[in-house]
Amino acid sequence: MSRMLEMKNVSTYYGNIQALYDVSLHIDHGEIITLIGANGAGKSTTLMTICGLLKPRAGDVLYEELSIVGESTNKIVSSGICQVPEGRLIFPELTVRENLDMGAFLRSDKDGIARDMEYSYELFPILAERRNQPGGNLSGGEQQMLAIARALMARPRLLLLDEPSMGLAPLVVKQIFDIVKKINKESGTTIFLVEQNANLALKIGHRGYVMENGKIVLTDSCETLLANEDVKRAYLGL
Amino acid sequence: MEYFLELFFGGLTRGSIYALIALGYTMVYGIIELINFAHGEIYMIGAFTGLIVAGVLGALGFPGSAILVFAIVAAVIYSAAYGFTIEKIAYRPLRGAARLSPLISAIGMSIFLQNYVMLAQTSDFLPFPSLLPELGFVKHFKGILGSSDFIIIVTTIVVCVALTLFIKYTKMGKAMRATAQNRTMAQLVGVSVDTVISVTFIIGSSLAAVGGVLIASHIGQINYYIGFIAGLKAFTAAVLGGIGSIPGAMLGGLVLGLTEAFATGYVSSDYEDVFAFALLVLILIFRPSGIMGKEKIQKV
Ligand SMILES: Nc1ncnc2c1ncn2[C@@H]1O[C@H](COP(=O)(O)OP(=O)(O)OP(=O)(O)O)[C@@H](O)[C@H]1O
Ligand SMILES: [Mg+2]
Repeated sequence: MSRMLEMKNVSTYYGNIQALYDVSLHIDHGEIITLIGANGAGKSTTLMTICGLLKPRAGDVLYEELSIVGESTNKIVSSGICQVPEGRLIFPELTVRENLDMGAFLRSDKDGIARDMEYSYELFPILAERRNQPGGNLSGGEQQMLAIARALMARPRLLLLDEPSMGLAPLVVKQIFDIVKKINKESGTTIFLVEQNANLALKIGHRGYVMENGKIVLTDSCETLLANEDVKRAYLGL
Repeated sequence: MEYFLELFFGGLTRGSIYALIALGYTMVYGIIELINFAHGEIYMIGAFTGLIVAGVLGALGFPGSAILVFAIVAAVIYSAAYGFTIEKIAYRPLRGAARLSPLISAIGMSIFLQNYVMLAQTSDFLPFPSLLPELGFVKHFKGILGSSDFIIIVTTIVVCVALTLFIKYTKMGKAMRATAQNRTMAQLVGVSVDTVISVTFIIGSSLAAVGGVLIASHIGQINYYIGFIAGLKAFTAAVLGGIGSIPGAMLGGLVLGLTEAFATGYVSSDYEDVFAFALLVLILIFRPSGIMGKEKIQKV
């Protein structure tokens, strides 16, 4: 497996407040990588740094071996990196269908887009029922489904998921994790999964990183992390 | 009745121009939450461009309708270039700065452009040729509706419909709406926010330029100061309709134009502005978000 994304000693700040300290991690093609950590650890900051919405003050981010630091977000997205951000960020006044359309913003293959839209409706039938309603009218869980479906419309090569299970019923969480596994297996989409639900995330991931106070403190295969006493105590509530 | 209709169409004409300018205010506000105080000057520059082109082409002996078309096209191109450039040099560097900074920059731009045109042209009123053709069938409505009223109203309707379709159905239109609703997410699906902002300024400036040429030709004179007054009125219209809302700007323009026309006609022309701003105050008291504006709902 070859290197897809690599963060090298990245430090990111909000104004004068440092949020990431010397973060290094890597993601290989086809992997599911999990990032777990407590509230405020810096997980979302890590994803926003990858997408170019935050610029690291030190360090480098390499995608397919080229630095993407300083690139505009739309350029980074067009190279195949796609994020489902925390809090879903549905376009509230666009209809469900228009939200999905926006996911395919950088694509121009009309037939492919239409097929993927049908596929989204198959995955989440509730979206088909509500396709002409404004996204803001959906429930929280429905919005999360829409956010994931919208990201898939981009046919990402690397999919960044920021707490996709948040606020969802267990059955829906299972469905979403099944879909994540499926697109990883069938389309070979590489996944970078940020989760509070460490138990689930470590079960579907190949390798994992643990973040505390803006630093990576532990990394290993997910199996090993699941068995790690510190991880068990801090993140699995055992 | 005839008097009422005359006032009504007069109000529609006025309101059309307010609407054309108000759209620029509202679209820019919708995307970057900035009141572009220099927008009235863009309209004024459109009118001046029309005047210069009409003067040159008139001297060359072009037919009237060709002059009108060229004047509008030139005004649109010129004003759009100004709008695009102003955003680039006066607002873009201040993105991410405190909210007051771009506002002050906008006021500075407005003052600069007024004085620039005053020095480059003159501070006197200049006569503007009547470019709008006399339409035969409008004669039946003599005393109620003039040719130029008719042309201004119809042009405005066509422009508003075209803009609505553009915003609703084109890819760029969707990107504009998405950016207005959530800029971060728009970026994450690959929208270039810089491009969206530039396009917004170009469209808003173009609409103002169309309004500038039409109304200058209707009224018959212009000077460097017309943008300030019209801009203030159009901004009022935008707030009236709900700043940020495109149909709101169209409606706000019409409501303002009609209010002024009836106030002038039935009360006194001295009270024209009093009524306009009294209406604004009333709306702000009873419906602070404007007629079509949505109250901001904070979803957690
Ligand atoms: N816009 C901001 N301005 C200033 N500080 C911020 C901002 N966003 C986040 N931070 C700070 O940066 C740190 C990391 O935040 P981040 O959102 O990355 O955490 P997280 O791991 O995603 O947490 P959660 O699990 O709660 O989402 C926190 O200390 C937070 O207070
Ligand atoms: Mg977070």
